[in-house]
Amino acid sequence: MRSVTKAYRPISWPTLGAGGDTGSWRVHRPVVNHELCTKCQFCWVYCPEAVIDRKKITIDYRYCKGCGVCAVECPTGAIAMEKEE
Amino acid sequence: MATSIKKLPEIEQVLSGNGACGGCPATMALRMVGKALGPNAIMLLTPACSVASMGMTPKLGYNWPCINITFASAGSSASGISHALEIMQEKGRIEGELPTVFSWVGDGGTYDIGFQALSAAAERNENIIHFCYNNEAYSNTGVQRSGATPRGTFTTTTPTGKRQPKKNMAHMMLEHNIPYVATATVAYPADLYDKVVKAKSIKGMKYIEILAPCYLGWQFDMPDTVQLSRMAVRSGAWLLWEAENGKISFSNPTAHFINGKKTPDQVNEYLMRQGRFSRLLQGPDAKERIAEIQGDVDREIAFMRERAKITI
Ligand SMILES: Cc1ncc(C[n+]2csc(CCOP(=O)(O)OP(=O)(O)O)c2C)c(N)n1
Ligand code: SF4
Ligand code: SF4
Ligand code: SF4
Repeated sequence: MRSVTKAYRPISWPTLGAGGDTGSWRVHRPVVNHELCTKCQFCWVYCPEAVIDRKKITIDYRYCKGCGVCAVECPTGAIAMEKEE
Repeated sequence: MATSIKKLPEIEQVLSGNGACGGCPATMALRMVGKALGPNAIMLLTPACSVASMGMTPKLGYNWPCINITFASAGSSASGISHALEIMQEKGRIEGELPTVFSWVGDGGTYDIGFQALSAAAERNENIIHFCYNNEAYSNTGVQRSGATPRGTFTTTTPTGKRQPKKNMAHMMLEHNIPYVATATVAYPADLYDKVVKAKSIKGMKYIEILAPCYLGWQFDMPDTVQLSRMAVRSGAWLLWEAENGKISFSNPTAHFINGKKTPDQVNEYLMRQGRFSRLLQGPDAKERIAEIQGDVDREIAFMRERAKITI
């Protein structure tokens, strides 16, 4: 493709944290109990924020908004929502 | 058989730390759409929550080239871009597979304000995908009624509950005789994924509508986004179907309700979980008004059952 002229130059670029460090929005923190976890990946698929590692089932707290969807959808009750300090 | 969750692709086109509310159904749905479309796509957005969710300039929370366009013009703008790409390809200015051009638009931008341009694009059979993420209201501006708001709903512009039923938008798109129409919702991510993969492979106009229960507008608890989506389907208030070249087929569990093997749950349990119906449920005429809503749901199931019988 030809070089991008000034008129078409984007004003924004894809970046993590485009809304800031959204982990600071959290009121409750999801905590995974790995003894109960069967690695079914339900939490991973429903997390709107894409902050769950699907293999390790660990959570990136920098951006996790604490919505609690993962805890509600976990079939084994392996995720507890704990109040942030 | 739907793709299993464990087989869904790794790719994330929705980036962590975007500006959406926690538990946002639109973002949840877009994540699955990203897995199906991959990076080679161009996204158009009309004013809506998903624009606010993009984050703050110069940062962008979606990993596609994104174009913010005016409310009324998703159909025409997407058509223009799709044509431009084809011409650039003819002139040899783009090599390889053309990007998928898709609009990501709320129900306000689809059912109401963008309807004319969308209908025209469908009639011309433009090579685009129009997604409507349907949170059943104008959410970004504080929850006003739209043509997708169901009867009985409290919004800021229907303070005593909306009196009219919603439109069957997906069916109207079907009657444009376009190659692909589908409905989906966030509780069934693999069903959504498969439908988007299919749409991507078809040339011409594709319309996919995704029910997106928004805790803010519907007034339920934030962690329950997926629960409400599931209840909508299990009560028959949202029907899962697709139509390839006009032939309708239903996805489970909707298929069981259509063929009569199972009866859907009564709609009142679904209504009781949502604050937007609480004024109606507490009113003196609650019984009649719930019966009206149940009537809307039953009629829609009966209609789609009969419509699906037309296969020519
Ligand atoms: C022509 C025009 N009218 C009104 C607005 C104000 N506006 C911005 S977002 C929005 C609501 C959009 O509703 P919808 O399409 O349902 O998407 P949602 O916010 O629910 O995601 C409105 C009315 C606008 N930007 N342009
Ligand atoms: S949903 Fe629960 S059991 Fe399944 S992977 Fe997540 S934490 Fe583990
Ligand atoms: S609380 Fe919400 S954002 Fe955080 S990991 Fe669970 S689903 Fe994802
Ligand atoms: S108001 Fe609803 S649709 Fe809009 S960003 Fe928030 S949760 Fe998502």
